[in-house]
Amino acid sequence: MTTRTGIEVSIAVADAVRLANADVIAAYPITPQTHIVEHLAELVANGELDAEYIPVESEHSAMSACLGSAAAGARTFTATSSQGLALMNEVLYVASGMRLPVIMAVANRALSAPLSIWADHSDMMSVRDTGWIQIVVENGQQAVDNIICAFRIAEDRRVLLPVMVHLDGFNLTHVIEPIVFPEQSDVDRFLPKSKYPLPLNPDRPVAMGSFAPPIIYTETKWAQEINIRNSKDVIISCWDEFGRTFGRQYHAVEKYHNDGAGVILMTMGSTGETASVAIDELRADGENIGQVRLRMWRPFPFEELRNAVNDAEVLIILDRAISYGGPGGPVASEVKSAFYNQVKKPKIVSFVGALGGRDITVSGFKNLIKRGIDIARTGSKNEYEIYGVRE
Amino acid sequence: MAKSESEQTWKDLEVGCIVTEPGSARQYESGTWRSQRPTYDFKKCIKCGLCQIFCPEGCIEPNKDKDGVFEADMYYCKGCGVCYRECPTRVITMVEEEEK
Repeated sequence: MTTRTGIEVSIAVADAVRLANADVIAAYPITPQTHIVEHLAELVANGELDAEYIPVESEHSAMSACLGSAAAGARTFTATSSQGLALMNEVLYVASGMRLPVIMAVANRALSAPLSIWADHSDMMSVRDTGWIQIVVENGQQAVDNIICAFRIAEDRRVLLPVMVHLDGFNLTHVIEPIVFPEQSDVDRFLPKSKYPLPLNPDRPVAMGSFAPPIIYTETKWAQEINIRNSKDVIISCWDEFGRTFGRQYHAVEKYHNDGAGVILMTMGSTGETASVAIDELRADGENIGQVRLRMWRPFPFEELRNAVNDAEVLIILDRAISYGGPGGPVASEVKSAFYNQVKKPKIVSFVGALGGRDITVSGFKNLIKRGIDIARTGSKNEYEIYGVRE
Repeated sequence: MAKSESEQTWKDLEVGCIVTEPGSARQYESGTWRSQRPTYDFKKCIKCGLCQIFCPEGCIEPNKDKDGVFEADMYYCKGCGVCYRECPTRVITMVEEEEK
């Protein structure tokens, strides 16, 4: 018998970390992520989670403490957002380069300036090349499930990489949703104790984070690249196992009426569910339209994306971040390169929108899709269009 | 002993490039940085050992095969010329390192 609990998503994420039995949490509060670490502090203080809670003086220190903790073989969690993620930046590369399985919830929020506390994807795009696995969720249940999966993926001997779980700030973190929490005993079976292969141990000393001269640096980077590429299959099989155990199945690219659709809308993150309603309404009006939603941002699921888009003639992509002076949205440029060398490919139309917490409503998505179809038909002199800007 | 760095492939690397054996820095051939090399007129060497004391790389030792005269280990010698400057009897001359 499954019970649904009405709960704020941030609190639910913290509860998922408790279910995963994290050993160490080192974090610094920042809106809109604060409720996650606040509730974790409460759980530790109340003795409901047997963990070390390290209240640090900045996000740079938070991630640095996480490195030490993961290197000692402890199950390690942190959470941040926007400027906090930016401040962590240099340490993020160290976590992936040293293959330390740190788990981080990122409440996606726009980067300053101008100051904004609301959701978009500029923060997660700024850490795209840090070598972390990046998983994106669309609702609270997915956030809870993927936090649990993230620990299993990160700690898998074949992966040993840090994982970010991205949930859009406020749109997800601060809403109350009905959540099904897995049973502790099932989580314990799904997520066995972490066994880092070479943990810090005085009885078996090792040197971590050492220097790599030019003669070996290229080899280290290629090993890292092969490693994150190969993690894709492990992530997918983890989701399959999660689906068999808990009855909720996740995919690298989520599909909605994509089969045989002439036009496909692609989203990533919390806008996906609103967009699905627009797809439903357009289909009810007889439009042959479908949707794909990107769940796995790194490693990028090239093959799964091409299969999901299949024979569609038009692919409309909404990005929630700008690459200033570049080709448009980061998702769109990735998708364009995924199709560039294919013989059969859709016309790809790139939109940037929903920046800094600006909502796109159901009717907004219908307008965006119509405009996308027009651009596909007539062409556009711009690399991308910004949606909803006042001229 | 692990393979030297120049022989290691990406598949040989330990997870996260963790170093599991002590003293692995010895494998690093810093001699490839050299643009000048020391040459010796050992007849003038009085074995005072000043070059050994001043060598910032710590790569100068008495050479047992050459009656204990002081000589740099070219695997590590970076060609800085400090030994050349300090030698009181002018044993050492620095010459351009040419590509082999």
